[in-house]
Amino acid sequence: MVSEDKPTDAKKTVSLLDQPLRVINVGLERFAEDLAAHGTTVQQVHWVPPAGGDARLADLLSKVGT
Amino acid sequence: MEKIEKANAEALRRLLVGEPVLIDVVPAGEAIEGLGKHHILHAGPPIIWERMCGPLRGAIMGIAVFEGWAEDLKDAAAKAEAGTFRFEPNHDYDAVGPMTGMTTQGQPVLVIENRTFGNRAYCAINEGLGKVMRFGGNDAEVLARLAWLRDTLGPALGRAIRETGGIPLKPIIARGLTMGDEMHQRNVACSSLLLRILAPPLARISKDSEALARCLDFIGKNDQFFLNVAMAVGKALTDPARGIEGCSLVTAMCRNGTDFGIRVSGTGDTWFTAPVEMPVGLYFPGYTVNDANPDMGDSAIVETVGLGAFAMAAAPAVVGFIGAGPASGAVRFTRAMGEITAGNNPEWTIPTLDGWGVPTGIDVRLVVETGIVPNINTGIAHRKPGVGQVGAGVVKAPMPCFIQALEAFAAKLGVVY
Repeated sequence: MVSEDKPTDAKKTVSLLDQPLRVINVGLERFAEDLAAHGTTVQQVHWVPPAGGDARLADLLSKVGT
Repeated sequence: MEKIEKANAEALRRLLVGEPVLIDVVPAGEAIEGLGKHHILHAGPPIIWERMCGPLRGAIMGIAVFEGWAEDLKDAAAKAEAGTFRFEPNHDYDAVGPMTGMTTQGQPVLVIENRTFGNRAYCAINEGLGKVMRFGGNDAEVLARLAWLRDTLGPALGRAIRETGGIPLKPIIARGLTMGDEMHQRNVACSSLLLRILAPPLARISKDSEALARCLDFIGKNDQFFLNVAMAVGKALTDPARGIEGCSLVTAMCRNGTDFGIRVSGTGDTWFTAPVEMPVGLYFPGYTVNDANPDMGDSAIVETVGLGAFAMAAAPAVVGFIGAGPASGAVRFTRAMGEITAGNNPEWTIPTLDGWGVPTGIDVRLVVETGIVPNINTGIAHRKPGVGQVGAGVVKAPMPCFIQALEAFAAKLGVVY
């Protein structure tokens, strides 16, 4: 079964690379800006770690239910 | 935490069901209990004379002369330094004031009643643009205008408003949002709509056509006349949401030119403060950022109820005026504020967002979690006393206020972390 699946996955990969690149960028906007500057279709998703990565505040937030 | 969600839902309900009505204009000393001689209410959280910025000192010197508590500006400054005057925030007296926010006993104040809860809020009459006391102006021209507001326009407005039986303000704001106002840096539509209501009763009570003409001309030429009304609306709507146990929503944001302060419902009337930031914006010809004073005023109360920068999508024209980028970016401001608020106001909707209500009820938890701080549309005052407005822009509320508030909020709930 495994050997039969491999060609299918490979085909999918080739097929993906044959299509125009469409990107979802999560987090740092600069990556999306660079891709967009080169004509790539890109959807930016704003994301940052909770409380900017401050572990103490993230712990607090987890206990007051956001 | 269920307790917090319930408390926040109740606070949001109170914010949304309020019915603010303009019912009168009366001298502040009659309307505000405990406001007497040598007592000066100012914008922002508490501050002592020694820490006050230039425009705030300028306004205090001017208002002391206006009230007859000092012979001239120099005498006023000496008296302020000697401790003759008592300085307290407007917010502690059910009041708000733009920029320097001077409220003293002799000034006429707009009286807004929240008819759902019965509470009242007060704000002085907007003085117009240019050299005015709210930007620290204090020369003879500024004081003469204040005297006219006290002796002529204030009493006339009071009589006219009483004749109407009260002017409901929520519908005016709802309409203004569809006409390009955000109620902080753009009040063109709402000022005009209010004047349409006020003009007939003003005419009926007037016995002097020249005096009437000057009143109508003053309001008609002041695009920001409605700002002070909108601010008192914000105060009247937020006060019933104060002091709800377990509530993490913000009930006041304000600044005094030195500190930015916020209050959160669940922590009562405690101020959480941090150094106020400098607005980013556009300057009038001849002025630069080097002339600017850090941000000031109680006017951020309009953002607290979902207007101003929170309603930027309703007012694309204001984005260019305050130097906040292209008009097409207005929607981004409003959407971002939607990330840190508890809900939307179904009565104040934005046409360009397909009727989405303005984001309402700033949650300190969401501010800290997302790192998105409230934006505030604002005027920029010259840093020296007596000069006045030099520009307009956008300022960000400082994050440390929200972190302090969240920590105090958690401590009050007994949360260990």
